[in-house]
Amino acid sequence: MESTVAIATTPAIETKLRAEHIYMSFTRDGESMPVLEDINLEVGNGEFLCLLGPSGCGKSTLLSIIAGFLSPTSGEVKIDGEIVRGPDPRRIFVFQERGVFPWLTVEGNIGFGLFKLTRAERDRRIAHYIKMVGLEGFEKSYPSELSGGMKQRLEVARALAVNPDVLFLDEPFGALDSITRLIMRGELLRIWEAERKTIIFVTHDIDEAVQLADRVAVMSARPGRIQQIVNIDIPHPRDINSPRYLELRTGIFNQIGLAHHL
Amino acid sequence: MTAIGSEKRSRPLAWSVRLRPLAFIGVLLVLWQVAIHRAPGHLLPSPWGVVGGLVDLTSHGLLVKYVVASLFRVTWGFTLAAILAIPLGLTIGWYRRAEMAFNPLIQFLRPISPLAWIPIAILWFGVGDLSAIFLIFLSCFFPLLLTAINAVRNIPAVYINAGRNFGLSPGALVYRVLYPAVVPQLIVGLRITLGIAWLVVVAAEMIAVNSGLGFLIVDARNAGNRYDLVVAGMILIGLIGLLLDIGMRSLEKVKSFRWSYSEE
Repeated sequence: MESTVAIATTPAIETKLRAEHIYMSFTRDGESMPVLEDINLEVGNGEFLCLLGPSGCGKSTLLSIIAGFLSPTSGEVKIDGEIVRGPDPRRIFVFQERGVFPWLTVEGNIGFGLFKLTRAERDRRIAHYIKMVGLEGFEKSYPSELSGGMKQRLEVARALAVNPDVLFLDEPFGALDSITRLIMRGELLRIWEAERKTIIFVTHDIDEAVQLADRVAVMSARPGRIQQIVNIDIPHPRDINSPRYLELRTGIFNQIGLAHHL
Repeated sequence: MTAIGSEKRSRPLAWSVRLRPLAFIGVLLVLWQVAIHRAPGHLLPSPWGVVGGLVDLTSHGLLVKYVVASLFRVTWGFTLAAILAIPLGLTIGWYRRAEMAFNPLIQFLRPISPLAWIPIAILWFGVGDLSAIFLIFLSCFFPLLLTAINAVRNIPAVYINAGRNFGLSPGALVYRVLYPAVVPQLIVGLRITLGIAWLVVVAAEMIAVNSGLGFLIVDARNAGNRYDLVVAGMILIGLIGLLLDIGMRSLEKVKSFRWSYSEE
């Protein structure tokens, strides 16, 4: 597999997460359908990795496996050297569909995972994250009273409130309009720079991947394989008109096999 | 839906608009009275005659006694059914295999009218309150069981996964995710079922007991064709059924329950 602009590299920082020889197949109507084939991936501590691929390439399945919601057919995922056997509050998943609890207020949602803390500490954290995601004044509101972007910020706040090491985001901004989506990307980067979580972010949007990630893992269509890993060596804040940005973006377009002219 | 949306679903109406249905009922009553006056016969008692019947019942202390008797049976039958059917249904719905095992039996028993059980109820419990309560219990049990099974199965997987992700114990998962997620559907099921219970208590009282509004109707006919009392009984049944439904509806307005109704 040739590449024009970038070379696959391993991160220089310490490894947080390692996926080794992940295979996954689903059985449908008695037939076994391979979804993922020999996925190998290494993510550094505090790194922002995007999993990029066309719809149905298995990237969400891969993320569910890494998060422990699904068991792979073979292979294993290790986080901090431990094999992942299920979901864990140290690693929070932000869902593609809105995963906020509609029966809880904004406060109730953010405090959902904080049941082991004292009341005072819980209130302090809730207030902190409400401020961080800009939901002041909506503490007592229910999700049905919030806009799509606010719900998604609420879900990110609920995830951050339990202070996880890793965040898994599965096309979190996919349902938002394009302006809100751009704003949310900026917010996410701001939060990531403040808290330095390890982030694995699934998307099918090439621009989104190049704007956000340290590295982009490009996946092939089903059965999903990792085709190439592209280093995005542009410092934040990124100028999305810079030659380097366009070069990297073009490289990924080519890699996926998309034409530049509509 | 925007940040401001979702409230203002029922704006208070002007008085004149609100009074219209009542005025309509008033007109019908007048027409009824006039029609009976012009063609006296034995087809129906007049509204005024029904009022007389209600006064008669009250003065004999029967009105309150019969209403209380009917409500007592409904409360017991309905409550027992809810206590048993809801936890059982939630459990069956949660475990796919349990559902597969129970489903044929439930589907077979469900279409049998609770009234078909009257002879067996009398055989087991004799003529009395227990029989009537048992019939109401049966009429509520299967609808509530099915509501609970479906409510669990309809919980979006994201809520369960999110609950597991935050490290909830199985007990906490039930209490903090499963239960709140099913409550709106359960309330709808309870409301419909209470309506059924109120239908069945009247039928059960016609056969299995000697008090209550159903008994009043049958007894008034048998003991001298007092059709004013029959219609008075019918009106009481309608009024109380309406009040029960209004009571259950008010539960749907509780804010943390209301999410499933206000979501687009």
